Amino acid sequence: MRSHQTVVDSRLRRRRTAETVFRFFLLASVILVSLILSIIVVSILWKSLPALKLSMIFKTPGTGYYLGKRGGILNAIVGSIEISFGATLIALMIALPIVIYLNTYLKKKSFLSEIIRLFLDVLWGIPSIVYGVFGFLLMLMCHLRASLLAGMLTIALVELPILSRAMDETIRLVPNELKEASYSLGATRWQTARHVVLRQALPGLITSTLIALGRGLGDGASVLFTAGYTDRITTSLLQPVATLPLAIFFQLNSPFPEVQQRAFASAAILTLLILFISLLTRFLGRKLSRHRIK
Amino acid sequence: MDKGRVLKKEKGRLVAAGLISFFPIFLTIAIFLLLLIKAFPLLSLKSLPDLIFSSAWQPQKGQFGLWPFILGTIWVTATAFILAAPLSILTALYISDYASVRLKKWLAPVLDLLAGLPSVIYGMWGTLLIVPLVGKFLAPLFGTYSSGYSILTAGIVLAVMILPTIVNVSVEVLSAVPAELKEAALSLGATRFEVVRYVVLKKSLSGVAAACVLGLSRAFGETIAVLMVVGNVPVAPVSLFSPAYPLPALLANNYGEMLSIPGYESALNLAAIILLLIVIIFSLVARLYLARLSRRRDR
Repeated sequence: MRSHQTVVDSRLRRRRTAETVFRFFLLASVILVSLILSIIVVSILWKSLPALKLSMIFKTPGTGYYLGKRGGILNAIVGSIEISFGATLIALMIALPIVIYLNTYLKKKSFLSEIIRLFLDVLWGIPSIVYGVFGFLLMLMCHLRASLLAGMLTIALVELPILSRAMDETIRLVPNELKEASYSLGATRWQTARHVVLRQALPGLITSTLIALGRGLGDGASVLFTAGYTDRITTSLLQPVATLPLAIFFQLNSPFPEVQQRAFASAAILTLLILFISLLTRFLGRKLSRHRIK
Repeated sequence: MDKGRVLKKEKGRLVAAGLISFFPIFLTIAIFLLLLIKAFPLLSLKSLPDLIFSSAWQPQKGQFGLWPFILGTIWVTATAFILAAPLSILTALYISDYASVRLKKWLAPVLDLLAGLPSVIYGMWGTLLIVPLVGKFLAPLFGTYSSGYSILTAGIVLAVMILPTIVNVSVEVLSAVPAELKEAALSLGATRFEVVRYVVLKKSLSGVAAACVLGLSRAFGETIAVLMVVGNVPVAPVSLFSPAYPLPALLANNYGEMLSIPGYESALNLAAIILLLIVIIFSLVARLYLARLSRRRDR
């Protein structure tokens, strides 16, 4: 029979081994995840550098562009910015009243607020391709062609649940005492919402808006049928509009290597834009929250 | 301003905000109804099980079997899920229970960025790296041929895309386990692994599962990235290395140019409804469950 001491020893050893093995798996997965991200960013930038010339950014496609001749993708850059800013503005105009209503007019756990949040979750889950289909059907019903307006509205629908849920989360964190202090001074609900709650939650609201903006900038599936595509810079709401995701998508399918190179360059531009927005979100989130009342 | 006017304005704003707040409900119903109305012409011609379980997809001959597409969606999503779930749960455990504060500070923006990258970027990355990897390396390794545009490729790309969602939600759930419980276990001599296994996971397993389901519901609807690497062949897939044609890809490739083939438009709208239902059921179950968990925590 083994002595008591050796039994304890071997058990302890086994537990130590389990700990080491587990730690190894944890570290391996974290390293793998970090590796994947760096591979994505590095491979895109590495592929795109040869094609990333200034003319890509400052010129629209010239004649024979899709056969590899000169030109750039200014049309898609401008189009993407137009469509995502417009969409975010529309989404904001719907989302702000919703979150104000949810958080200042309704009671915290009221039935109605739960229902509205539930439906926002449902909308959050709907894939952007379905929004694209819905937008396309609506567009036909209104006898509209694929245009900046239609694309903008569709992306606004995609952004709406993301924006409202994110803003809702930050507004919910505003301390009740602050609101009560405002009410006790005789302020109405609207005044409290406008001057106390929104002011206090401003950093969160701005970062939520930027997150939604990034989503709108990168969403390709919803504009596939609704925004169309054009080689010119869009100047009116009823003209079709080019977007960066679709520019990448179409150019990558081209049989000409020069055009494919441009897809890589367009991807670099889009990635850099998203990276910039992501960093800006972090920076503003930190900077603006300094003056918040905790 | 006199009191009456202030109150009148106040009331107007209340009504306006209240009305706008019903927009999400209205929108959800509108999407359902419009798709249903547009799918109806086909539904009145053929029975629903016929359309769902038939594998014959020949729009020119009026045959609209959606089974290959549904199967393709399930294969791709399941592959992504199997690849992503263990990796993201381990990563989340590391972040919540092992990582130093400094590392957490570094990882958070990395995950945010991963979550924010557009799907077309992931798709391009897939065609550049994963397609050759699968076609030239993995398929020969398993003794089969593949063009590289396959279920496995789409699964890998999708797995990377849903990783941040699962990790972020899981970290939230895992961090909510009370520190007292962990300390109690540690003080009894448990190793950190034992704390994770017998305390943290026991407390939060269902929440982590909900996080995974949430990631799953994202994977179902992902369009462009999958479309670019999955091959788009409308035949029921037989292995990981065969191409597939998931529902979102079907919509993206054919919607908007539905020609004049009778029933085609309805068939595509039916595909959209099926996709919508699958996604909504999954995301709603996960959301409701997570909401219940956080309510229980508040109490």
